[in-house]
Amino acid sequence: MAKMTLEELRKLRDTKKVEIQKRDISGKDSQIIIGMGTCGIAAGAKVVLDAFLKELDTHHIENVSVTQTGCMGLCYVEPTVEVLSPGMPPVIYGKVDANVARLIIEEHIMHSRMVSEHVFDRPSTDIIKDGGK
Amino acid sequence: MAFRNYILVCGGTACESSKADAIYEALMAECNAQGVSEEVQIVKTGCFGFCEQGPIVKILPEDSFYVQVKPEDAQELIAEHVVKGREVKRLLYSKDPVKRHAKVEDIKFYQKQYRIVLRNCGFIDPENIEEYIAREGYAALEKVLFSMSKEDVIEELKTAGLRGRGGAGFPTWMKWNFTKQAASEEKFIVCNADEGDPGAYMDRSTLEGDPHSVLEAMTIAGHTVGAQKGLIYIRAEYPLAIHRLEIAMKQAREYGLLGTDILGSGFDFDIEIRLGAGAFVCGEETALLASIEGRRGMPVPRPPFPAVKGLWGKPTVINNVETWANIPVIIIKGGDWFSQIGTQDSHGTKVFALTGKIRNSGLVEVPMGTTLREIIYDIGGGIAHDKAFKAVQTGGPSGGVITKDYLDTPIDFGSLSKLGSMMGSGGMIVMDEDDCIVDVVKFYLNFSVDESCGKCSPCRIGGRSLANLLEKITKGNGEMADIDRMREIGEAMKKASLCALGQTAPNPILSTLHYFRDEYLAHIIDKKCPAGKCKSLITYSINPEKCIGCTACARKCPVGAISGERRAVHKIDPAACIKCGVCFEVCKFGAVDVR
Amino acid sequence: MIHMKINGMPVEIEAGSNILAAAKKVNVNIPTLCYHPDLPAWAACGLCVVKQENSPKLLRACAAPVVENLSVITHDAELYQIRKTVLEMILSTHPSSCLTCGRNGTCELQRFAAEFGIREQPYEIRLTDLPKDTSTTSIVLDPTKCIKCGRCVQVCQQLQGVYALEFIGRGDNTVVSPAAGLPLNDSPCIKCGQCSAHCPVGAIFEKDDTREFVRAISNPDKHVVVQIAPAVRVALGEAFNLPVGTITTGRIYSALRRLGVDKVFDTNFSADLTIMEEGTELVKRLTTGVGAIPQITSCCPAWTDYMEKYYPDMIPNFSTAKSPMMMQGAITKTYYAQKANIDPAKIFSVAIMPCTAKKFEISRDENMYASGFADVDLVLTTREFARLIKASGIDFAVLHDEPADSPIGMYAGAATIFGNTGGVMEAAIRTAYTLITGEELADVNITAVRGMDGVRTGEVDVKGTKVRVAVAHGMANVSTLLEEIRSAREQGAEPPYHFIEVMACRGGCVAGGGQPYATTDDIRGKRIAGLYTDDEKSVYRCSHNNPEIKQIYADFLEKPLSEKSHHLLHTTYTERKIYKK
Repeated sequence: MAKMTLEELRKLRDTKKVEIQKRDISGKDSQIIIGMGTCGIAAGAKVVLDAFLKELDTHHIENVSVTQTGCMGLCYVEPTVEVLSPGMPPVIYGKVDANVARLIIEEHIMHSRMVSEHVFDRPSTDIIKDGGK
Repeated sequence: MAFRNYILVCGGTACESSKADAIYEALMAECNAQGVSEEVQIVKTGCFGFCEQGPIVKILPEDSFYVQVKPEDAQELIAEHVVKGREVKRLLYSKDPVKRHAKVEDIKFYQKQYRIVLRNCGFIDPENIEEYIAREGYAALEKVLFSMSKEDVIEELKTAGLRGRGGAGFPTWMKWNFTKQAASEEKFIVCNADEGDPGAYMDRSTLEGDPHSVLEAMTIAGHTVGAQKGLIYIRAEYPLAIHRLEIAMKQAREYGLLGTDILGSGFDFDIEIRLGAGAFVCGEETALLASIEGRRGMPVPRPPFPAVKGLWGKPTVINNVETWANIPVIIIKGGDWFSQIGTQDSHGTKVFALTGKIRNSGLVEVPMGTTLREIIYDIGGGIAHDKAFKAVQTGGPSGGVITKDYLDTPIDFGSLSKLGSMMGSGGMIVMDEDDCIVDVVKFYLNFSVDESCGKCSPCRIGGRSLANLLEKITKGNGEMADIDRMREIGEAMKKASLCALGQTAPNPILSTLHYFRDEYLAHIIDKKCPAGKCKSLITYSINPEKCIGCTACARKCPVGAISGERRAVHKIDPAACIKCGVCFEVCKFGAVDVR
Repeated sequence: MIHMKINGMPVEIEAGSNILAAAKKVNVNIPTLCYHPDLPAWAACGLCVVKQENSPKLLRACAAPVVENLSVITHDAELYQIRKTVLEMILSTHPSSCLTCGRNGTCELQRFAAEFGIREQPYEIRLTDLPKDTSTTSIVLDPTKCIKCGRCVQVCQQLQGVYALEFIGRGDNTVVSPAAGLPLNDSPCIKCGQCSAHCPVGAIFEKDDTREFVRAISNPDKHVVVQIAPAVRVALGEAFNLPVGTITTGRIYSALRRLGVDKVFDTNFSADLTIMEEGTELVKRLTTGVGAIPQITSCCPAWTDYMEKYYPDMIPNFSTAKSPMMMQGAITKTYYAQKANIDPAKIFSVAIMPCTAKKFEISRDENMYASGFADVDLVLTTREFARLIKASGIDFAVLHDEPADSPIGMYAGAATIFGNTGGVMEAAIRTAYTLITGEELADVNITAVRGMDGVRTGEVDVKGTKVRVAVAHGMANVSTLLEEIRSAREQGAEPPYHFIEVMACRGGCVAGGGQPYATTDDIRGKRIAGLYTDDEKSVYRCSHNNPEIKQIYADFLEKPLSEKSHHLLHTTYTERKIYKK
């Protein structure tokens, strides 16, 4: 990436904004976002990441991306994973281990069924998305 | 096929006890009865917090939030909400009409948290600058470079009323302004990421989850005060945060957001990382600067303040991570917006690391003025294992304890220090009935003693003397005069120590001498530890009424202090007992008494 | 000028001053254990806290600068209680063995304990049990007595640039010690003793050799010969409440005789001898081109030790002349012994010095045994000497003046100013001028090299030849000069100076590490003035005119830089490791 000018920064922001919005609402592809702060990693987030990749491979699913993010603040239920799937509300799963990861793929991704007992709530509204309101 | 509705039933332990299971069953039955079981998935979830209003049911995708739901309500919820698509108004959460912090009413209805600092944590991939950019990242820098004067920036911070989040709460705009006005060829911007309070990790999480927000803020400060170099002083124990910062800095340079001629503005600014070895006192700004310069991390008297004479003797703005992370938002949304959040005394939000005997421990960010009760009970879900709340400790080793009577105090810089505690960096440790206050205070004091740099005598000697007095008291050797001694030493330390570490180290002791005097007296006069924590002051004995002579305790006792025949009442020899507590744990009949 | 109030009293004071100084202006003393006017405020002890109007925060009077309209309360009931508690805390970590401590009576902590009427120790007594560091022959570190005020560390680092002492450990385990807990003798320590002169308590103390002295004078087989250094005569009086700057040379000679020494000589004689040797050496370097330029003085053993450790590449620039004390020792056991027909083996040669490094110098290498014996057997500092006089019941202040003994007791004015910064330079110029031109200077007062600036440079006109000179004192000031010389040398340029005088201690030997306590710049100034008065009152002002000097060359040494001179009066230097291990 070459150094940007002001114009290029604005253009990049606009394009990316659309992409990131898309993943929020109606993107065709599902996204699995794993909380990989120190707390998450200490609680086993790396094992969970591997489990997701393995499950996706096992089921030959290719339209799901697995990415990382920082700590959501739900330290008591780490590792946490956010799943964005078309037609379903965004869900945060807590206390995820390899087995729960398998359930998330088989239930949530493949059959649009939430995995009971592991759903948690995002702790707050998004001030960036809502413009602070 | 996706379902039409998802019904989330709070399945946390607190709600469980409030019949969450019954509600779950009732909802299931109603779905079957009303023929919508194929269209609805009912899910048991983890605790939402907010247990005081439990049980809670949330229906997606409408995001309807029902509180104090009873099993009898299931019929109406399914019939109205699911079948007819109408919200059941009487069960919807409505805001408390007499909320004291009226300013925060624009918070989305039920959630107590409001995330400015942590706005991107858990949203974006911290290793991908484009995700940060997509969420208004570097828009503040853009604004500062191209459409605001330097004075405007200071003015915006002044309007916002942002105060330093590292502990002391000094107005950020003033710091910046001192440095801006100081005449010098060279100036520095420093990020204090030497987070050291036990139980505090908000800075680490911010850097791990949103490193660019700090980089952007430092660049803004550099442009505003006329500095071209920034340094992030971070403890080496934070490898992931360091790693992400390094990636972020590399990407920012590639994108022309750091380095020479940023965005073609002609402004040059770059940032370096300096690793600290984890000395708590290096969080004190003058000690931090000494450490960066390669000297022993010891505080020096202020004035001169770093803003005028800081790193290498040059004017230096030092803010901590949380303060930095607020800056870009204030620039984008304006100081007015920010000043609407919080209280008269303290604007904006504060991140707390909520730990201890709390059900939902975690990182929480709330508007200033939120009460402790809201944080502990609504967000934290209350005390774990349904124990009784005893006190909450804020401000880490520099803070004091706050008791039940003050749970409804809206917390901000001023109110906490009025209660004899302080905001500190935001550690919040909840204690329950099983915690011994004297023992807890001893822990904090020993921390301060271990972390004292040793420079000034009040802190170096006073801290150790206090710790030894506490040790004496918890060993059962305390005398009444020790209380006066602790007060005397504590007051002298508070007034005569050179830096905040020594000045605040006696806070836990002074505050608990005030609120928990009885507990000290129990240790000193009755030679008892009411919470049963101080080993020297407790005895284990076997209750002959309950003991059935199963021998489990005698078999587990590591020192053979328990005697007794099978099926006969056992006995503990107090002289041999080492008070390890194993007998108490293994007894299935509750026959072991701890007094 | 800043206008402020101390306890309601208006004070006008220079900007940049601290509150301690402002209080002093209206005769208010604020207690402090760590502040010393020689040093930047370290703000460690916590005693000097004062209140400022309209602020809950206390200020440290040592560190807080005066501010326009500042209003300060220095003493009230609360401050009294805070200070008393802090003092009691400090006392809880300090042994109460005052009766057997070297600082009994001069200890600053003891003084405050008395003033605050401390009658009991309310807090648990916790003493460190670290061993004493007796590795050097100059000073003893006693960590149990240390109150961590930091003066010694600052002196060693800031004033002297030596960095032998530092804080190690943290919190309650903080100790002052050389790096890694090494013994002082294996550290960069140059033995200047400034730490001991600044220590408020007895934690760093000169190695006390008074018993050795008493043993020698009571031994009938020993012929005890004593020399006194230039700076001793102007400072010793302070220990007997005489006005600062009083010259007590005659009283010292008298006291020494009462103590029972056999001969009373004067280091000043050898200061004159040093000028003859070193001056001739300088003239030789300047006129023949043999030897490195600039020539740097080598009278100060702390300085030579420093140079050997930190600037060994400058060794060729050192004057090979020994210090006056060592010259005096060498001729005592040769020239004097022959003249008096005494077996040099029986001579016990004692030097009374303002300096702790002198204790180290007497055995620094084999050249210090040029007479075939230890040229100087024992060094006592001014402070030790004062104690001896007191213990011997001598009412020093009212003693009658007595003369020194011959043939090595007479001195010129040039010798006495060896005790202050710029003095060796001035003495050398007086004689070098004559050596070069064959004429006497019209005005022997070379005021250009006098003063208290850390580094002073100038030019001396020797009949049309410009001699560039520089004077530095306070070890930390020396490096600027040496760097200048180094860079000129590296660039192949003309050396910036021809002759440089260095003294390790600020103000020179008058403020040496073995001098009476509580030395400040004010006291330095008065002692220096006293030495110049002694110089002015002297019959002879220039070393080469001292009749006993003429005699020793005629009878014994032949001429400056003669073979005998080289053997007895000159030495060599070697590179030394900064850390021995």
